Amino acid sequence: MNGSQVHPAGGDGKRRPAPSRFGAIVVGGGPAGLAATYTLAGAGVDVACLERGDWCGSKNMMGGLIFSQPTAKVFPNFWHEAPLERHVTRRDMWLATGDSAMKVSFESTDFGAEPYNSFTVYRSRFDKWLSRRAAEAGAWMIPETLVESLLWEDGRVVGVRTGRPGGDLEADVVIIAEGVNHFLAEAAGLAAGPPKAETMALAVKEVLALPRDRIEDRFDLDRGAGAAIEIIGETTGGLPGTGFIYTNRDTISVGVGVLLDSLVGSTREAYSLLDNFKQQPQVRRLIQGAGLREYSAHLIPEGGYRYMPRLFGDGVLVAGDAAGMVNAINSEGANLALLSGQMAAQTVLSCREEGRFDAAALGRYRTMLENSLVLKDLRKYSSATNFLSSHQHLFGLYPELLASLAREFLTVDNMSKADKERLLARLFRSQVPVRSLIKDFYQAWRDLK
Amino acid sequence: MRINSVVCIKQVPDTTQVRIDPDSGSLIRQGIPSVINPYDLYALEAALKVRDSHGGTITALSMGPPQADEALRKVLGYGIDRAVLLSDRAFAGADTLATTYTLSAAIRKIAGELIAAGGAGVDMVFCGKQSIDGDTGQVGPGLARRLDLSQVTYVCSLLEVAAETRTVRAWRQREDGRELLEARLPVAVTITEACNPIRYAALPDLLRAAKAPVEVWSAADLEVEPDRLGLKGSPTRVSKVFAPPARERGETLSGPDRPPNEIAAALFDKLAERGLTIGGSRG
Repeated sequence: MNGSQVHPAGGDGKRRPAPSRFGAIVVGGGPAGLAATYTLAGAGVDVACLERGDWCGSKNMMGGLIFSQPTAKVFPNFWHEAPLERHVTRRDMWLATGDSAMKVSFESTDFGAEPYNSFTVYRSRFDKWLSRRAAEAGAWMIPETLVESLLWEDGRVVGVRTGRPGGDLEADVVIIAEGVNHFLAEAAGLAAGPPKAETMALAVKEVLALPRDRIEDRFDLDRGAGAAIEIIGETTGGLPGTGFIYTNRDTISVGVGVLLDSLVGSTREAYSLLDNFKQQPQVRRLIQGAGLREYSAHLIPEGGYRYMPRLFGDGVLVAGDAAGMVNAINSEGANLALLSGQMAAQTVLSCREEGRFDAAALGRYRTMLENSLVLKDLRKYSSATNFLSSHQHLFGLYPELLASLAREFLTVDNMSKADKERLLARLFRSQVPVRSLIKDFYQAWRDLK
Repeated sequence: MRINSVVCIKQVPDTTQVRIDPDSGSLIRQGIPSVINPYDLYALEAALKVRDSHGGTITALSMGPPQADEALRKVLGYGIDRAVLLSDRAFAGADTLATTYTLSAAIRKIAGELIAAGGAGVDMVFCGKQSIDGDTGQVGPGLARRLDLSQVTYVCSLLEVAAETRTVRAWRQREDGRELLEARLPVAVTITEACNPIRYAALPDLLRAAKAPVEVWSAADLEVEPDRLGLKGSPTRVSKVFAPPARERGETLSGPDRPPNEIAAALFDKLAERGLTIGGSRG
């Protein structure tokens, strides 16, 4: 009888007993937690990653893009193996009204070649792949396990308690990457309380099925290439937020994201915003005949820099959405999560050399983030969410105005061009007094520059 | 006495999400997530309970494509001793005849290894009552036949394993009631959902499972004749697949416009018409 094989998938194939005390415990198997776990395991640290979902990615509904270069910093050349939907070669921005849309489109063949720029993914598959990589690197991946509280000793975090029998785990350091509802960050005394509505956006998304070649025809794409469309204007019922359409392999993700407290303050329901968005004529044309596959909704922490919790304490670090690391202006979250997770791991590695995991030692995490694009970008847009919620009229007024100017300008009728220009100027001033136009632009420049 | 068990595990498409192709009548399996056959988890819990009180080992055994190791990895998390996946192109397309042939060869090999390690071989084989994708319920009895085991199918309550007399007592579900059976070890039992649901796995077991290997055996690892494996060894042919007609709804006698005694009388008449009343008469 010849030698039978042993399946290494899901583990590094080395039967190793779990240590009585781990080098690190990572709470949460999303992009932040998996980047931290993978980096630590790769460096030979005994690390356990606890995920409450059935598998890593099962709770993730992100419908957006992953950006190639930040992801490759943690997982080099991931595009050779990772389950990806399409590489995005075209980014569109639409200003939409109820019946019209002004479209700005950028397309580049650069984006269609290595290292690419961004991909559409199903996070449920992509994160599963990341978790397999972490397991192969030697991590203990423990799904279906909820961390209920932290273990403390002399005022410092020394592990976690799960709901399972025999469910306490000790570690030198706990990396909290639990996602937007940061219960543990709060329990660790790092976040002041539960996330506040004014710092949150709610995204509602549908996945619609359409055959691969019809997506390529309809969106005017090369084979395998994808498009990402962001839409401002009537799509969100005048509320601050955007609509989005992303092409996957044989599905389309369609959704809207709005600031939570403006939604609460309005009479609208989130699903009705999405229904409206799908009825917008230019959107409807793209999704026509596509059957509903999934419906989901999720909170996004868009408060930005000012609302971030403390990022470190004695024996504990926070990364990703739990730390509020989302750049709402550029719709970036997953790459900040990946990078922060990686930096949390690098912090732990350098602290291990000194054998110290108190707040003073772990504080270098903050410095590392400040020197990276993670906090540089978040600081740059630190007033963005405030600006958006205090300038709600921009989401209705300006798209409407631009559309009516364009319509007048492009409508060929019996008016002379000189008269037409005068009409346009009058139309413009009647909608927006010059003073408030200057004010809006000044504030936008100040807060978003 | 320690009891060594083998639990058969099948990875199946999650039939709650499977749709039926209206033209061909076959299952659309594409893109459907895989789950562990739910009855197999009742079987696993029954095996764990036996090990709790008697000690011994539990080996989980599955046959399927390489990705079925996912199901076994999950099962390892319940603290079992060993997981073996039979995976080979030669096994593909097997009906229950070829499946039981292959599984029984693997169980013989497992038993041989247990004996070589100083144990008593395999005492109990646990299966779910049936799989939710095939629904035949033939694999458990087939294994019993091929391995010359006694068998108790449709167990709704496994009462006790008496190590001294080497017997088990179990309640068996029948269409018209339950029967209490006693069977001699080694025995094959098939377990229904009336038994205990699977326990909440302990964290130390999950940690161990995260690093435990799933052993993969191919046809070459078993003492088998190639012609009796997979599609080649499967005489079953599907002649027709169809969705069963919807079951007719029963008749409902209800108020509120009719008083309860009138409804009861009407019910009595209907039962009497069918000869279902025992003694007595109306009024």
